[in-house]
Amino acid sequence: MHSDQAEVKKSVRSYMTVFVMLMVFTVLTVAASRFHLAVPVAITLALVIAAMKGSMVASVFMHLSHEKRAIYGALLLTIVFFLVLLFIPVLSMMDHIGTPK
Amino acid sequence: MDKAATIGAMAPGHAHEHEHEELGFWRTYVFSQDHKVIGIQYTITGLLFLLFGFTLMMIMRWQLAYPMRPIPFVGNWFGAANAPGGVMLPEFYNQLGAMHGTIMVFLGVVPLAVGGFGNFVMPLQIGAPDMAFPKLNMMSYWVYFIGGVAMLTGFVMPGGAAQSGWTSYPPLSDIATTGQTVWLIGMIFLITSSLLGSINFIVTIVQLRAKGLTFMRLPFFVWAQFVTSFLLLLAFPPLEAAGVLQLMDRLAGTSFFLPSGLVVSGRPLLVSGGGSPLLWQHLFWFLAHPEVYVLILPAMGIVAEVIANNTRKPLWGYRAMVYSVAFLGFMSFIVWAHHMFMTGMGTTMAAFFQTTTMIISIPSVVILTALLLSLWGASIRFTTPMLFALAFLPMFGIGGLTGLPLGLAPSDIHLHDTYYVIGHFHYVVAPGTIFALFAGVYYWFPKATGRKMNETLGAIHFWGSFICINFVFMPMFIQGLGGMNRRMYDGGAQYIHNAGLLKWNIVIGFGAWGLGLFQIPFIINFFSSIKGGKRVGDNPWDATTLEWSAPSPPGHGNFLTEPIVYRGPYEYSVPGADKDFTPQFEPDKEKPGQSGVGRGGQN
Amino acid sequence: MIIPYTVEARPDTGLHNGKLGIWLFLASEVMLFGALFSSYILLRVGAPEWPHHELSVKLGAINTIILISSSVTMVMAWASLKMNDFKKHRLYLLATFALSAFFLVNKYFEYSEHLSKGEGPWHSTFFAIYFTMTGLHGLHILGGMVVMAYFLGPGAGLWKKNPEQFTNRIEITGLYWHFVDLVWIFLFPVLYLL
Repeated sequence: MHSDQAEVKKSVRSYMTVFVMLMVFTVLTVAASRFHLAVPVAITLALVIAAMKGSMVASVFMHLSHEKRAIYGALLLTIVFFLVLLFIPVLSMMDHIGTPK
Repeated sequence: MDKAATIGAMAPGHAHEHEHEELGFWRTYVFSQDHKVIGIQYTITGLLFLLFGFTLMMIMRWQLAYPMRPIPFVGNWFGAANAPGGVMLPEFYNQLGAMHGTIMVFLGVVPLAVGGFGNFVMPLQIGAPDMAFPKLNMMSYWVYFIGGVAMLTGFVMPGGAAQSGWTSYPPLSDIATTGQTVWLIGMIFLITSSLLGSINFIVTIVQLRAKGLTFMRLPFFVWAQFVTSFLLLLAFPPLEAAGVLQLMDRLAGTSFFLPSGLVVSGRPLLVSGGGSPLLWQHLFWFLAHPEVYVLILPAMGIVAEVIANNTRKPLWGYRAMVYSVAFLGFMSFIVWAHHMFMTGMGTTMAAFFQTTTMIISIPSVVILTALLLSLWGASIRFTTPMLFALAFLPMFGIGGLTGLPLGLAPSDIHLHDTYYVIGHFHYVVAPGTIFALFAGVYYWFPKATGRKMNETLGAIHFWGSFICINFVFMPMFIQGLGGMNRRMYDGGAQYIHNAGLLKWNIVIGFGAWGLGLFQIPFIINFFSSIKGGKRVGDNPWDATTLEWSAPSPPGHGNFLTEPIVYRGPYEYSVPGADKDFTPQFEPDKEKPGQSGVGRGGQN
Repeated sequence: MIIPYTVEARPDTGLHNGKLGIWLFLASEVMLFGALFSSYILLRVGAPEWPHHELSVKLGAINTIILISSSVTMVMAWASLKMNDFKKHRLYLLATFALSAFFLVNKYFEYSEHLSKGEGPWHSTFFAIYFTMTGLHGLHILGGMVVMAYFLGPGAGLWKKNPEQFTNRIEITGLYWHFVDLVWIFLFPVLYLL
């Protein structure tokens, strides 16, 4: 465990950096919402910020930046099906080609 | 459990730590953490639910064969609210139909195939002392049990059990009687149980494989369970979410699945509206299509084990089968909307789902062909498990091939919601999966009890079931092609196009009741063989996989010595070997002292 | 009987059982919340109009800050164990517990304000999805609190018996907790800002 300790100390510093970044991004996203941007722009901006915050939490706090292959594999599969689940239903709803309208 | 032995040896530092802990009755048989006991609990509960679900169908079949005639023998058990004078009311028919589907799929086949066989066989086949999380395993069973009981309480609720079909489509299910709420709560328990179970299965397979057991040396059954677990893990949560949304609709007055301006029985429904009934269908089928593969993959796994063992040959194309099963699992997530061609989907999405559906049939065909080719040139032992496994091949073939017209939108429009669909998926699940499960019961019974089941009773069970079940499902194709709709409590007698088709209901009825009769030899065989079956050794079938190196029945901790794997799973009739099977756990004779490597290069 | 690899990692996978288990659990959670986000998209796309700024951005932002902070204290609770400082660990874990309690109190005020205005889940599709998603998320917070309470109370004894296993358990709790935080990071803009 001794060799670990130096490493843990180093990662504590990165935890703090991420903490500050997360706070900054939170302020940013709230501020952006005050500007009443056009809806598509606002949605894109908010989701990009959220995605950046999310990936910081995942890669640093959850140590995903250096994880084992088995976990990457399982998560990759999950992400693919997550995207399918997120978009295919709404695509099916919006597809009206060939349907009487 | 006097044979209890431990193999802590895999954990460095705990090599000789024996535990001789005496567990009381409750912790040995009821709240057990031993995967074998839990597997047997699942198996027996699953078989009982199968019998119960089948009984519901036998009652429904009376109503279809002889509409409006009092049900014989049991007619006056159901009370005036369900069957006044023994004659079934439409609402009661709907309850039986919805509960038959739910019970067979979620309380019968899945718990039996995954919870039962997966739990009992898989850790033994990979040489593990138990599942990775024994407490979680116990919890899975009891959560499943609670879910099952919750489902059944529906029958005593005011208005009866759920009656919106096993698919529970809203808006109908949103406004149905209390039974539907209980159905949803039961469903959430069942899903939770499956999730806990699947996490346990994957971790066990990845982490607890014996020394030398690489992924490409895993028995096909383990591969099937591995892929199945991923399907359960990733496809079930959306249905859990959908269940929560429907519960909110029913209890908190939301309108997730209720569109604006809905009128029920002539009165406008007082809800905010704005919801979408299609949302439920997407979330439901996102689970329910992978669920089909949850039903079929373990069955294929069992059949592969039984066929390899009884042909005394290696499986033909093991690698191709493994890749196919993985690809099948992956594809099963992107075909679900072929259940929804009739919902006004546009041609682009319909084309997408037709294409994926046609693609997914390829790996199924690869697996079935590989199993069929495994029979080529074999001197087959016609044991009872082999009879069931052999019957699986053509039966699943019929089920699979009749599915193709349903996967193509133009033909599906004609066949949708007819008895053709019922015939199709029952061929997959009943003479397909359930026959494979019977094969599994006969095949692994000696491992669980140390005794074989009776072969004569087994043959009667097989031939009777095989003939009867085809009388049940084959006529459904005729009815369905003629346009006869499902879910009609009198078979749809008011429709003129059904006039020539209704007579088949009598044939189907007798087929179903005959099928019921032929389960009696199985029930007798199962219970009498526990104490009175022929005593056999550890490896009665001369099999090669690891479970047969453990004592029958295995004690707590499974193996007497730490198992080491030297070769692939199906080394039957190896040229030059002294016997016609070379088990995975036998060290190479030619090169003594070499361990763990064996013929690994080719496997 | 001893299950292998409960504490130490299996050499070829580099993982201990609990770590793989929790990640698989989180994968299923991704699909659970994924289905709800999918429902949100589908309902929103299908709606003739979608309400904006129905919720208090202030309360939502405060809760975001609370949860992010709790994630940091959680990871510190684990890092302190790695550095053999059990006292600090307890302090950080207690802080995480307290922050999650603040989160729920805040949520309670938010809920009761909407309910008193008659804006319950029955009010509109927006409030339906708002209550369902945040409610399910709140249940996850509650679940996390139960686990933390266990490790503050009866579960803490394991540190003396098997420090490595205890550290693993805290790490696993942390992974779950960060995931709950991560879900909120997406819930906040989706429900409060857009």
